[in-house]
Amino acid sequence: MSTTTVDTPPVARATGGNSRTGDKLFAGAATASGLFVLVLLGAIIVSLFIGALPAFRAFGPFFLVNANWDPVQEIFGAAVPIFGTVVTSVLALLMAVPLAFGIAFFLTELAPAWMRRPVGTAIELLAAVPSIIFGMWGFFVIVPIMGTYIEPPIIDLLDGVPLLGTLFSGAPFGTGIFTAALILALMVIPFIAATMRDVFLTVPAVYKESAYGLGCTTWEVMRSIVIPFTRVSVVGGIMLGLGRALGETMAVTFVIGNTNRITGSLFGPGNTIASIVALEFPESPAGSLKLSSLLALGFILFAISFIVLAISRFLLKPKAAA
Amino acid sequence: MPNDPNERPTLPMSTTLNMAPPLVREQSSAASVLAGVPARLSIQNLDFYYGANRALKSVDLDLPDRKVTAMIGPSGCGKSTLLRVLNRMYDLYPGQRAEGRVMLDGENILDPGLDLNQLRSRVGMVFQKPTPFPMSIYDNIAFGVKLHERLSKSAMDERVEWSLSRAALWGEVKDRLASSATGLSGGQQQRLCIARTIAVRPEVILLDEPTSALDPISTLKVEELIDELKQDFTIAIVTHNMQQAARCADQVAFFYMGEMVEVAAAAQMFTAPKQKRTQDYITGRFG
Repeated sequence: MSTTTVDTPPVARATGGNSRTGDKLFAGAATASGLFVLVLLGAIIVSLFIGALPAFRAFGPFFLVNANWDPVQEIFGAAVPIFGTVVTSVLALLMAVPLAFGIAFFLTELAPAWMRRPVGTAIELLAAVPSIIFGMWGFFVIVPIMGTYIEPPIIDLLDGVPLLGTLFSGAPFGTGIFTAALILALMVIPFIAATMRDVFLTVPAVYKESAYGLGCTTWEVMRSIVIPFTRVSVVGGIMLGLGRALGETMAVTFVIGNTNRITGSLFGPGNTIASIVALEFPESPAGSLKLSSLLALGFILFAISFIVLAISRFLLKPKAAA
Repeated sequence: MPNDPNERPTLPMSTTLNMAPPLVREQSSAASVLAGVPARLSIQNLDFYYGANRALKSVDLDLPDRKVTAMIGPSGCGKSTLLRVLNRMYDLYPGQRAEGRVMLDGENILDPGLDLNQLRSRVGMVFQKPTPFPMSIYDNIAFGVKLHERLSKSAMDERVEWSLSRAALWGEVKDRLASSATGLSGGQQQRLCIARTIAVRPEVILLDEPTSALDPISTLKVEELIDELKQDFTIAIVTHNMQQAARCADQVAFFYMGEMVEVAAAAQMFTAPKQKRTQDYITGRFG
């Protein structure tokens, strides 16, 4: 440090109110944007609930467990669509998560450098395919393949086996719960894989090197370092996929068979909340009990999504240090 | 994990938490600057490339058995690169390659057929920043051991206590082995990483600027630890801190622009370096 005697020039501090007003304006605008989200969410819930109120009044809690959907006698129940929604989504995740994990693992740890970008881009493009295209493709390509080549041998193979035989029984139509779940799985894989890949890449290289430095194999580094580090975000990605699967409408409507019936077989037809709403909505006159029931279904779907999110949050809460 | 006792000198561990001296199987032909000390690891005519960029040029260096070798030099001179060759860490990245020979127990570790996981259990590494794994203190230590050995619960407990004691951390953490390692202070975390490394009982320990992220007191502790550890392990340390090199090292190697300019016993290096470039660097004229 040298001690020169050069005078420090005086600082011309802005004292005008301009910057302060701008600051206030900006803070106000940002706060309003934040509040807008809450208001929007609240408005959707309230309007759904008001619309659904006649149905809830008419059927009470019985609405949730009633498997009837009888527009003639005006008796409506949500059990079948709830069942279909949950089963197809969970089944879709069971199929999608391992595959998405494999894709993300491959892209971050194993793929040669020249492959990472093309495959990564392909994943992102797949995520951008509109669901109606998945629906048409599913109906014209997957359903015939399922009905001709996949379902008959499985039905034959498992015939007579307890539980499994029932799960995979019935006529091989090609459509049904299982096919819907398959299409859903294909639709959510890109979301889950892309999220997993992105979060895997956030693990600092030095941690991975530390583990490699102890003599870990690639898989051990993945299991012991990368996954624990990214657990929260990985489950977040899976929830993102589940969210899409729960609410997916068009693709499911094309292939699920659209029957308001719960069968023990995964190859049997069914419906989901989204598919029944899409199909029945145009035929529901304003103010009818049917429309109200559909809105009630929408409210239930909303609630299911909310519960899924809440559970994931709860499970992911960082464990307190013992 | 492959754990063939024939391939790796087994280091018997006594219950008094002292370690028997490791076996020295092979001595290299290159002369060590420390008289009478055989080389544990011998780097011969080593070139290293990042793509087309040659980062190390014909390096010859011996790491004397159970001595500390400090590598000094300005940033980008290749000293960290050299460390990353010694445990083949560069193998993780495409486009990086080494040519030459690095002999450890009569085996060229640059051999493409070498079992990398086993090599890394023999040549441990501690990084610039502490890298505690997201698990308990106990599991951090046991993690590396489990990769290579199958130990009973009591043997593992003993190993954990041994390595934490050797890393001068046991007293501070023995009552909270089950709590998360990320709750430790930076200095404790770094000693934990050292404990984790020695728990695998390597022959060589590589330290890449191990104290550059630590406060002075933690730095002092780690330096004392290095002095302690060299009874059992051959140590290579990369440092920017000349005083640290002078305090810790028995042998100092000066690197400049990918070349090893000079290697000498620490006392000689800092009092009477032979090369002008070395003298300029250690007296602070550049770098």
